Amino acid sequence: MKIVLKNLTKRFPNRNKKGGADVIAVNDFDFEIPDGMLVGLLGPSGCGKSTTLNLISGLEKPSEGRIFFGEDDVTDLPPENRGVGLVFQSYALYPHLNVFRNIRFPLENFRGKDRLTKEEMEKRVVEAAKLVQIDHLMERKPSELSGGQQQRVAIARALVKMPRVLLLDEPLSNLDARLRLQTREEIRRIQQETKITTVFVTHDQEEAMSISDLIVVMKDGVVHQIGKPQDVYDDPIDQFVAQFLGTPPINMFDGEVRNGQLYIGEDKVLDVPGVRDGAVAAGIRPEGFILDYEGPLVCELTRLEVMGRDVSIIFKDEAMKGEAVRAIIDAKSRVDTGSGKVSFFLKPDKVHLFEPETGERLRFGKAE
Amino acid sequence: MNTEYDLISKQARRRETVRRTVVYTLLSVWGIVVLFPFYWMVLSSIKSFASYNSEHIPRFIASDPTFENYRNAFVQVNLSRYLVNTLIYTLITTALMLVVITLSAYAFARLKFRGRDLLFTLFLALMMIPNELVIITNFVTITDMGLRNTFTGLILPSVTSVFYIYLLKENFAQVPEDLYYAAKVDGTPDLRYLWKVMIPICRPTMITIVILKVIECWNAYVWPRLITDNADYYLVSNGIQEIRENGFGRENIPAMMAAVVVISVPLVVLFLIFHKKIMEGVARGGTKG
Amino acid sequence: MERSGWKAFLYLIPALLFLGAFMIYPLFDVFIYSFEEGYNSASQTYFGTGFYNYSYVLHDPYFMQALKNTFILVIITVPVSTGISLLIALGLSSIPKLKELYQTVFFLPYVTNTLAVGLVFMILFKKTAYSEGLINLLINLFGGRSVDFIDCPYWAKMFVLCFYTVWIVMPFKILILTSALASVDPVYYRAARVDGTSKTRIFTKITVPLISPMIFYLVITGFIGAFKAYSDAVALFGVNLNAAGMNTIVGYVYDMLYGDSGGYPSYASAAAILLFIIVLTITCINLLVSRKHVHYS
Repeated sequence: MKIVLKNLTKRFPNRNKKGGADVIAVNDFDFEIPDGMLVGLLGPSGCGKSTTLNLISGLEKPSEGRIFFGEDDVTDLPPENRGVGLVFQSYALYPHLNVFRNIRFPLENFRGKDRLTKEEMEKRVVEAAKLVQIDHLMERKPSELSGGQQQRVAIARALVKMPRVLLLDEPLSNLDARLRLQTREEIRRIQQETKITTVFVTHDQEEAMSISDLIVVMKDGVVHQIGKPQDVYDDPIDQFVAQFLGTPPINMFDGEVRNGQLYIGEDKVLDVPGVRDGAVAAGIRPEGFILDYEGPLVCELTRLEVMGRDVSIIFKDEAMKGEAVRAIIDAKSRVDTGSGKVSFFLKPDKVHLFEPETGERLRFGKAE
Repeated sequence: MNTEYDLISKQARRRETVRRTVVYTLLSVWGIVVLFPFYWMVLSSIKSFASYNSEHIPRFIASDPTFENYRNAFVQVNLSRYLVNTLIYTLITTALMLVVITLSAYAFARLKFRGRDLLFTLFLALMMIPNELVIITNFVTITDMGLRNTFTGLILPSVTSVFYIYLLKENFAQVPEDLYYAAKVDGTPDLRYLWKVMIPICRPTMITIVILKVIECWNAYVWPRLITDNADYYLVSNGIQEIRENGFGRENIPAMMAAVVVISVPLVVLFLIFHKKIMEGVARGGTKG
Repeated sequence: MERSGWKAFLYLIPALLFLGAFMIYPLFDVFIYSFEEGYNSASQTYFGTGFYNYSYVLHDPYFMQALKNTFILVIITVPVSTGISLLIALGLSSIPKLKELYQTVFFLPYVTNTLAVGLVFMILFKKTAYSEGLINLLINLFGGRSVDFIDCPYWAKMFVLCFYTVWIVMPFKILILTSALASVDPVYYRAARVDGTSKTRIFTKITVPLISPMIFYLVITGFIGAFKAYSDAVALFGVNLNAAGMNTIVGYVYDMLYGDSGGYPSYASAAAILLFIIVLTITCINLLVSRKHVHYS
């Protein structure tokens, strides 16, 4: 089931002061989520991603715009008539019901022609439980489960009614680091087995990048970029997206373009044909540095961090923004720490230039 | 397809409106049930004796309001005496109780001594004992001591409350123990620490307890009734009963209502001022006990 | 740190003295009284021990009347008040506006003097030579016949007593249930809504189980409180409850102790202990029942 959002806007009245402007949580969203995809809504906290989820689920009504599931306009439908499964951040498992009865709960709501017999319900509960591999925990109460198990129960409860759309709100945020890796694989597997269009919300870009077919990067209620994770990473549309994606984050410098050439400080570091002259914000991915004595970018070495597979070089430059610059290079390269200086060549496809004021991307062509 | 959806959403909206209207109506009905007696008491109290009795069908407004009844309430019966008695009783009882419970709550919360937990458990067990069981002996005790018709006799049995000791002790125990050690290192005596640190920190709980105790005292009926038969020592509850039985003559209802208003006003005013605090306190006291 | 036994003892002296004199000693004493036959409070003598006092009380028609009244009162007011207050609390938690105003109004009876407001109820229900009383006029309006609620018949008096008792106990229950409802995490309701759970089912399957500890607490304290009913009856029917046929067990205890028919602490003690046994039994039954139906997190 594809999901289409058309000019979707959600305003909340300002609660802080009377007569203040409305808070716009979601501003004019206009995009389509293709059928059967796993989509990550990604952004810093307060960017409106949870509101978007609530709008899709029907828990909140949009101020403007329409929502379609397939060809059906569901904008005015209450949540129960939309056929959505929603997994809450806190899981919202009913504490007084055991796992079996928690999963069965949505099925018991079916009325009229959809009504199920006890046997049918049990069959579907068991199927859902098997899918998320918790069929051995049926008698437990939620308080007797680990966080990961609770998460699975919540997913099973959302899936048991065979929703058209599955929504997950920060599905991994309440899990510890090890479980997080495991559970995100699990979510991926379940989604691929069921083929249900799935939207999940997260503030953790690594999480979104790792399992999504498509990511939607947003900030302050505005969608910045939609695309496949690798595409968005390689070709960010603006400075926010570039800075938000990637760990370690992209390194930002104050740069200047003169005659199609990028200067950082007084170093002429890269040919950037097609970019207008003047100040730019230059972002260089940590993996975009090539260590070489003859490299044009010369900086002051702070320290090395040896990670085994690769080495991080931490260094300083007068033109940098932030505390330090981090470059990641292959562990085989030898770094000479004696001089206190390091020099680099830059990989052109790992360097992104932006308008310093607006953050808008400045694209450059290939150097001849 | 879309029309069907429209229908569903329209129905949902209509149902919500109906539901809300019903809820507000029912709440308002209960509001009237609660407020009506108050309205009626005030209304009746400002009708003159003659007009009250001439209204076979009572009117909902007083066409000729009078304060005559209030004068009668203070002149014909000794209402001011009852009010003063209750005030004295309430103030002394509450003050003494505060001292007693603060000291023991502090002992249980901060001082270490052999058998503390056992003793505290025994204290808690006392909460199970209904007042009705012990009041008989207390009645005999106070009578034997010749304390009938005295404030001492009225006050003595109600200056301790195990429940409030428990409530305060729990609160005291939440004050970090490090504060106590810090004070000890500085050579602060226990009493000074209690007065300067614990009590200010636990003020909300103390205020809750005071409010609850004041309400309790103001409405006390059973014990005062057993222990006083001299109208000079009646509290308001006994006073109103006395007025009802042989005050203005049974039929002078407007005067009676004036007395009822006078008795009710102090607590109602207190409530209107502190309603948040009082409700919080009762909810807290109620759910912890 | 050092043990400070003597100091603690000093702090505890006042409480220990008062509790000893007015709670612990009386607790034992009341049992002794109840077994001392023919105790005379004037000469402080008695002529035997045994169960005579209990037997006397149990054969006293006034006690049986009080027992019956109290049971009827308990059986009617506890479920009615708990049920209505649950509905009201539910209503309160669902409205967007005026919530605090309603809450404050509903709590008002808690701070009023039972005796004083009881008088108002009496005049509202009472039939006098001058007027039928407002409630009767209301009944007439709907085509019913006037009833003297305060002096006759029995069911009418019981109705007023129950009504007034419910009026008095509601504020506490509404308050407790409202705060219990407020403490339920709204995410459960959102989850249930997404699953298309009907309002009724949300109420019975989610709300009630989640606040069941509080409901149960109110039922237990409600039972205990209703068994000790006394001053509301006095407020409505006057001091001489036996004559009105509206006495309660506690009223019987006090009447035995003091008043026109008083001076018998032995009988009073026996009746008080019987009351205590009844309340204890009911509370135990409640606790047993709750094991099955109450969800403790």
